[in-house]
Amino acid sequence: MKALKCRECGREYPLTATHVCEFDFGPLEIVYDYDRIKKSLTREAIASRAKSMWRYRELLPVQNEPTVGLQTGFTPLIKADRLARRLGIRELWIKNDAVNYPTLSFKDRVVSVALSRARELGFDTVACASTGNLANSVAANAAAAGLKAYVFIPADLEPEKIFNSVIHGAKVFAIKGHYDEVNRLCAEIAGKFDWAFVNMNLRPYYAEGSKSMAYEIAEQLGWRLPQHTVVPMASGSLLTKIHKGYQELLKLGLISAAEMHIHGAQATGCSPISAAHKAGLDFFKPVKPNTIAKSLAIGTPADGFYALKVMQETGGAAEDVTDEEICEAIKVLAETEGIFTETAGGVTVAVARKLIACGKIGRQDCAVLCITGNGLKTVDAVDGYAGNLREIKPSLREFETLLTDRQNIGASFTL
Amino acid sequence: MPTKVRIPTPLRKLTNNEDVVEVTAGTIGDAILELQSRFPGIQERLVDEKGEVRRFVNVYVNEEDIRFLENQQTTLKDGDEVSIIPAIAGG
Repeated sequence: MKALKCRECGREYPLTATHVCEFDFGPLEIVYDYDRIKKSLTREAIASRAKSMWRYRELLPVQNEPTVGLQTGFTPLIKADRLARRLGIRELWIKNDAVNYPTLSFKDRVVSVALSRARELGFDTVACASTGNLANSVAANAAAAGLKAYVFIPADLEPEKIFNSVIHGAKVFAIKGHYDEVNRLCAEIAGKFDWAFVNMNLRPYYAEGSKSMAYEIAEQLGWRLPQHTVVPMASGSLLTKIHKGYQELLKLGLISAAEMHIHGAQATGCSPISAAHKAGLDFFKPVKPNTIAKSLAIGTPADGFYALKVMQETGGAAEDVTDEEICEAIKVLAETEGIFTETAGGVTVAVARKLIACGKIGRQDCAVLCITGNGLKTVDAVDGYAGNLREIKPSLREFETLLTDRQNIGASFTL
Repeated sequence: MPTKVRIPTPLRKLTNNEDVVEVTAGTIGDAILELQSRFPGIQERLVDEKGEVRRFVNVYVNEEDIRFLENQQTTLKDGDEVSIIPAIAGG
């Protein structure tokens, strides 16, 4: 990495814990010396390295060897033929971050980078504002790294996500409000305390971790770009970094240019980016979130503008789906591919279905779906959508009666 | 009484550390010019070379974002409150 650079005016800054341009308040982004990186980051070199996100080390913003999250990433890329048939597309892949190490979401990628960098910059305390998965990841990784952690979440988060942060010993603060209010509070706290807020003062480093998902997709497809990538959008950051990741691989000559569209997925109950895209606007109107997809419930997406730009530049579309469609999609993914994803993953699958149905993703095309978190974290959301448990006495007759009943009634299900 | 304009912390070094400033201009656009005449340098922090309000600067009139009013043509009357707030990243 070379410097921090403002995405709006281009002013450069040294690589410290800062994320906002002093001149026009634009977000700062890491810039790299790609000519130098090209010399060491070859396909052969990558293949010889450990199967983790850090095989792409030169493209991730830490100065020395990373110290947090060395086992993170390089999650399975599953060929999803049964889901492909169900959705009506020729070729479908699932990038399965629902099994990411250590906290079962893609956030482990960004936290691995942020905490490694926080250590380098001399911080002993890390923090974050979170809709759930980030808090889990910060709590767990900070514990393993011996760092103190403060996490801030909306008070109405899923119990599993709250527990998964508390158990690691992080100091968890549940704020009576929605995520944007948590964010505002954290901005004030970050201004007062000398903590490494992974998604604030360390945001430029943190955000880069998401690129590793894109690198892995390309490598696991045999060093090629997928025709379509469907990405869930909360702040919009992941979508923009998937794009940056693909662009960097092109720049380094690791893949060849090919047709590539990036589509964004949101829940209708919190769809500021999708609404703006569909209205042809290049700015979004902040909303008050109201959806079971709590991990995507950010009404004022910090990277909304850039996400809109990426979709426009790559000829991608944004779509949003209802809470009911989300639950049905979680079930279909589980039933066809044996992958249990949380509500954000349901959003991605349901939006992919919609885009295929309306032709924005062609039926003869190839698509990759980014599944970002595990279903065990949002179990209550699908309550009522899973099948029922049948209780019987230990009697063969009772069992056989029940078996015949179930075969007659069946469980017919269509999306 | 004229219109109050709240100045965000990062810009207060341009306004002699005043956090609230009063203007008599009739529109947001004129208010920015009025601020510039009193506090040189503030205009380019708020508005880009094309004359548009910078993307990561939010301007509110009585808590309404001017993007949903008339942008810089938004009229101001006595007693109105204008807030200039840099966008917060996060998430």
